[in-house]
Amino acid sequence: MSQMPATAENILERFAPGAALADAPALPWLEDLRAGARQRFAAAGLPTPRLESWKYTNLRPLEKLEFAPWAQEQVSIDRLPSLLPQGQSTQRLVFVNGRFREDLSALGALPDGVRAGSLADALAKDKSGALADTLGRIAGEDGNQPMLDLNTAMMSDGFLLHLEAGVRLEWPIEVIYLGAAPRGPQAFHPRSLMVLEEDSRAIVVEHHDGIGGNAGGAYFANHACEIRVGADAQLRHYKVQAEDTAAIHLSNLHAEVRGGGLYDAFTLTRGARLSRCEASVALAAPGAECHLNGIYMLRGEQHCDNTTRIDHLAPETASREVFKGVLDERARGVFQGKVVVHQDAQKSDGHQLSKVLLLSDTAEMDAKPELEIYADDVKCSHGATAGDMDPEALFYLRARGIPEETARHMLIEAFLSDTINGLAAEGLCPALLSSVGHWLSDAADGGAS
Amino acid sequence: MLEIKNLHATVGGKGILKGLDLKVGAGEVHAIMGPNGSGKSTLSYVLSGRDGYDVTEGEVLYQGKNLLDMEPEARAGAGVFLAFQYPVEIPGVPNTTFLREAVNAVRKFRGEPTLDPMAFLKLLRIKIKELGITDDLIKRAVNVGFSGGEKKRNEILQMALLDPALAILDETDSGLDIDALKTVADGVNALRAPDRSVLVITHYQRLLDYIVPDHVHVLAHGRIVRSGGKELAQELEKTGYAAFTGQAA
Repeated sequence: MSQMPATAENILERFAPGAALADAPALPWLEDLRAGARQRFAAAGLPTPRLESWKYTNLRPLEKLEFAPWAQEQVSIDRLPSLLPQGQSTQRLVFVNGRFREDLSALGALPDGVRAGSLADALAKDKSGALADTLGRIAGEDGNQPMLDLNTAMMSDGFLLHLEAGVRLEWPIEVIYLGAAPRGPQAFHPRSLMVLEEDSRAIVVEHHDGIGGNAGGAYFANHACEIRVGADAQLRHYKVQAEDTAAIHLSNLHAEVRGGGLYDAFTLTRGARLSRCEASVALAAPGAECHLNGIYMLRGEQHCDNTTRIDHLAPETASREVFKGVLDERARGVFQGKVVVHQDAQKSDGHQLSKVLLLSDTAEMDAKPELEIYADDVKCSHGATAGDMDPEALFYLRARGIPEETARHMLIEAFLSDTINGLAAEGLCPALLSSVGHWLSDAADGGAS
Repeated sequence: MLEIKNLHATVGGKGILKGLDLKVGAGEVHAIMGPNGSGKSTLSYVLSGRDGYDVTEGEVLYQGKNLLDMEPEARAGAGVFLAFQYPVEIPGVPNTTFLREAVNAVRKFRGEPTLDPMAFLKLLRIKIKELGITDDLIKRAVNVGFSGGEKKRNEILQMALLDPALAILDETDSGLDIDALKTVADGVNALRAPDRSVLVITHYQRLLDYIVPDHVHVLAHGRIVRSGGKELAQELEKTGYAAFTGQAA
């Protein structure tokens, strides 16, 4: 295998083969957006641990992959990994290697004022340039986000949601991203955009998974997502990352929440050998609120990085952030949580917590909470703990006849469950709890999932 | 039922039990009384198999088997129950789930069929009614936010559900008001049977007004220094432990 030098241009080329929006129409604004991103990425290259924000996560495994030409794998999928109970998943959008697969999707009737579908389709039909106001604009260009730039330069397709003012969706929309690399490593760059106008509501459940078996393997999913939650609107955005254990999953999310709006996010991470979820939320007007919560369960050599930034830009904004991890074997977790309370954001409220259960001596956790407060009348707190399982609780359960392994599982589930139980998607919590159960029983079988 | 011979145990390298002998027959209730630091709690933890309590000499036979060789869960399965002095709070585990797991684990040990959730709930309803425990207590997380009395009642509920052959009560009376004390005592007395034994470990004589023991032992400096009938407890109440701690030193 020839080892190419990993210059930015090389990387772009390596990711290039057919991966981009090849069939996208020539939209001048989009061309400009992509060209700018391409230039910035070419100048910056892949981030290295020399950058402060990438200190704990090294993308070297990415440099070692030789990507095969992009292929829309016509793999047959007999069982979609749906997280929602039958009857609730009337809207299910499936993307394989970053491209929308209408044949696998279920698109039920939607109320007026809702658009849910493929971004590539929407761009192809976007004669008026309506998307130019949001796509690439919510995330902005600060020149300091090479992976977002790579996505913008190479974006293929992704989930588009638009809700007009006052529209409330009753059932969750499920978005399933599948990765497959049967003939050599694949790279894809899905891009999603969710815009909720004033007083609208939606629940989006995202599921990232590998096709599994021989068709799984090493793929690189480089997601980016832009979200605008309008005044008094509510978006509940729940994500399960269960990628193939050979995969690399990066995601870059930017959300803007307007007055009285709520962005409620939760991520369960148990897949990928290397993953980093970056989320940046701007609480832009009074009364805006966000919840960024997550749990992660890792073993083997898995590495998971949750890096978040919340900007309180206006008075009386609120943020809640709870991340809980369970690390076994040689797994490594990273949590970097920055909360910035700007000068105008008086009477704001920000709470952050990182808690980790270390199941082995070789597991490692790096937590870096950062509070920057420029207003004088605020309530903020943060905390980070990492420790072993409580030996007193373990003994108590065993003293009641519960075998040690069952007792350990009960305590791990208990540690994680309160974060899951708060989710407002009926039917999702049992699926997530059973996902925790599966992860635990994989350990009992002696094999990583 | 239980035979402890010349038991020596250390905690963190420090000798606590120094040659303890005790024989508890089937159907008997024994009380072990002693001042703070005499080794009462160490004895209960050694019997239940807690880590960090090292037996350096002696043996413990339970129903003829070497108890010290068994894992804590196997001891519970074989019928040894410890009511904790400080029941542990376990956030996130609903009490009902915990109780069902425990009952079914113990049933498995004993070769009995496990109970499905409905059958278990039926059993649980009967037991909580008998013990005057509110529904609220079984729905909450294990011992989380329970008052001292509620925690002890929860211990007695577990005892009633797990149906032990040997119950060890470690200072179950500490921090209880008179009503809770009576409930606890009723729970224990209900369990008294020819094939069951109870070991009551306590600092005060008060609990023994309600759970009347067949035998009373005084533990001081890691050994049984005196044994007698139930009247010994009353005597101790009057004279205190000073005579014994002096005698043992």
